[in-house]
Amino acid sequence: MTTVLDPPTLSDTDVATDNDTSLIGSSITHLPSPGETPVGPRRSLRKATLDDKFNIVGALVASVALTSLLFGWFTPLIGGVGYVVVAFVLFVGFYIILVALRADRQEVKDRVMTALMVSAGVILFGALIFVVGYTLIRGKDALPHLNFFTQTMELAGPLDPLSIGGILHAIVGSLIQITIALSITIPLGITTAVFLNEIGGRFARFVRTIADAMTALPSIVAGLFVYAAIIQLITHQRSGFAAAMAITVMMLPIVIRAADVVLRLVPGNLREASYALGSTRWSTVWNVVLPTARSGLVTAVILGTARGIGETSPVLLTSGITSVMNFNPFSGPMISLPLQVFDFVKSPEPNMIARGFGTAAVLLLLVVALFTVARIIGGRGPGQLSDSQRRRLAAASLEDLARMSRTTPNRDATDVDHAANPEETSR
Amino acid sequence: MTTTVTHRETASPTSPGPVRRSLLSVPSRSDSVFKLVSFTAGMTTVGIMLAVGLFLSLRASDALRVSGFSFLVQQQWSPETHVFGIAAVLFGTVTIAIIAMCVAVPLALGTSLLISEVTRGPVRSILVSLVDLMAAVPSVVYGLWGLFFLQANVIPISSWISTYFAWIPIFAVTGGSGEHLTEASAYTSSAFIAGIVVGLMVVPTQTSVMREAFSQAPVGEREGALALGSTRWGMIRTVVIPFGRGGIIGGTMLGLGRALGETIAVYMIISPIFTINWQVLKTGTNSVSALIALRYGEASDFGLSALMAAGLVLFVITLIVNFTASSIVARSRSGAETG
Repeated sequence: MTTVLDPPTLSDTDVATDNDTSLIGSSITHLPSPGETPVGPRRSLRKATLDDKFNIVGALVASVALTSLLFGWFTPLIGGVGYVVVAFVLFVGFYIILVALRADRQEVKDRVMTALMVSAGVILFGALIFVVGYTLIRGKDALPHLNFFTQTMELAGPLDPLSIGGILHAIVGSLIQITIALSITIPLGITTAVFLNEIGGRFARFVRTIADAMTALPSIVAGLFVYAAIIQLITHQRSGFAAAMAITVMMLPIVIRAADVVLRLVPGNLREASYALGSTRWSTVWNVVLPTARSGLVTAVILGTARGIGETSPVLLTSGITSVMNFNPFSGPMISLPLQVFDFVKSPEPNMIARGFGTAAVLLLLVVALFTVARIIGGRGPGQLSDSQRRRLAAASLEDLARMSRTTPNRDATDVDHAANPEETSR
Repeated sequence: MTTTVTHRETASPTSPGPVRRSLLSVPSRSDSVFKLVSFTAGMTTVGIMLAVGLFLSLRASDALRVSGFSFLVQQQWSPETHVFGIAAVLFGTVTIAIIAMCVAVPLALGTSLLISEVTRGPVRSILVSLVDLMAAVPSVVYGLWGLFFLQANVIPISSWISTYFAWIPIFAVTGGSGEHLTEASAYTSSAFIAGIVVGLMVVPTQTSVMREAFSQAPVGEREGALALGSTRWGMIRTVVIPFGRGGIIGGTMLGLGRALGETIAVYMIISPIFTINWQVLKTGTNSVSALIALRYGEASDFGLSALMAAGLVLFVITLIVNFTASSIVARSRSGAETG
């Protein structure tokens, strides 16, 4: 109201007409008539204008052309990475000039910063795709050989062709080690996360701080700890079990933190409803909290697994290197996939390096597969349902409705009356 | 209805008046077991952590007692002759971490702003997933890439920088008598290459912390800035970045903690030396974790104790960095609202 009265140019009649219309009927809406001005076509707000497109394309073409000139003819610059760096710097320069032709300083800044953000993203995701693609392409020499997955390196020397020898022992070793690590990490990690969230108190805060501190533990130091504490003092030999312990020390804080975050997202009113129905703490946790957070917890565990299976440095100190199959985690060295990669590429032989890349490709595909499964299961928060779950629930409640509204012939009239229109009874 | 009335009638004469009901609840048996079990799990986690810390400190004390203060200033590493220190390896670790930060922070800042401010809808969630996937790629794969691809392609850049910027001492690459080196072998296995690879490895950590902070910038303030006529970048500069400053600093430091402790990619790329090398583009550097990976096998009991001491120092540094980071994140405006 005050804003209307403040400017003195607004005459009383304006206010009065305003009041009049509101008194007469608030439902009348005054549409501004366009008068003589023609109404143009509706502008798209999301699409880039032709100008913007031209600026980007023009700057790109100009920078690539100039960089090619610089690299081929004018200067003795060489190297693919150098080409990209120079082209990028030139692109930013040209883009500034082109935008500045039509826009003021603020807009130039805006455009250039947006271009920089997009290029940071392009560089980062380009690097990711490049790292993954490079590994897969270099691994294609070894991967088509079926024996790569069915044999061990026991009988294969460094000079043997790729048709002899494989990494079955490393795959088995990885699986055994990660299984042992998971069988400790899952119960311990999730129970600790439940403790942090459901019991609480001063000690729980202390545990959370310690778990945070544990994430700072460098992986090599975890390996060194297991080497000195378990191998040197107790077992006196490297083994798959020691490696699994080292992986456990690395995975535990990851799982605790991820599960802690997921459990914190469980809505409080679900817990309160359960308590209000008179259930105990334990049955609330078991029947309400954990099922609600199930998908998130599975994601936490799978992401922890993906981390644990790729850990090289703690395994380097604890598992030992071997080229034979070993099913016993408690005696003898047991190699795993990342360590096998590391061992292969230490050799100067091209075939061994090809095997190394093949092993890395297998490891990478395993991690990507685990990651995809985690995303499919846990891409949504607790309480959110997938389409099939929602359909199942809808079907179940329809069935309930049908069951409740079913009329049985031997009932008396009032019952039938009530059951026939459930909406009315519920009102 | 009738039952309650009769009940009340029979009950009232026998009751001796209002007795205060005790509000203390006795936990059921399942509850006490649940409490005990989860408490034990918490204790076990703490126990494992304290065991690591105590064991490291105890075993490290042997070596630290022998070397004393010289542990921090001695560059050589030969525990057999009791001449050892981490000056050189710690210098290398910090060098690699700083180079990694120079690579990672601009990338992480740009990418997190891109994800939280520019993209929307399905594109955004795909990018978030890709960043998380990048964090899950094993470090040995990054190491392979750095060793077999990046090294060969970065050498021309290193060479170019050292030719034109040699007047800045850290970019110079000189031989024994101070002459400028041009051959490619002088530029392999340098801290620069290791730093780039480690930088790429820590970008995802930093990006996810920063994105989290940026995405919480209040909508009202954003709209206020836009309504005052600001461009998108103006809005980001005046609202989003000040709001997410804690996230930027905290994310950077979390990434720094990871970069300091990275082992296998560094170990694969560098060629270890035990002197302080200021020339970051020149071959030869070292890091604490690479030292441990290199020497643990041949170490005697005392040598292992010395490695433990080195590992302990590394752990203490990463611990300080991480706790500083998380307290900065928690105290900032963006961190305070997540609780």
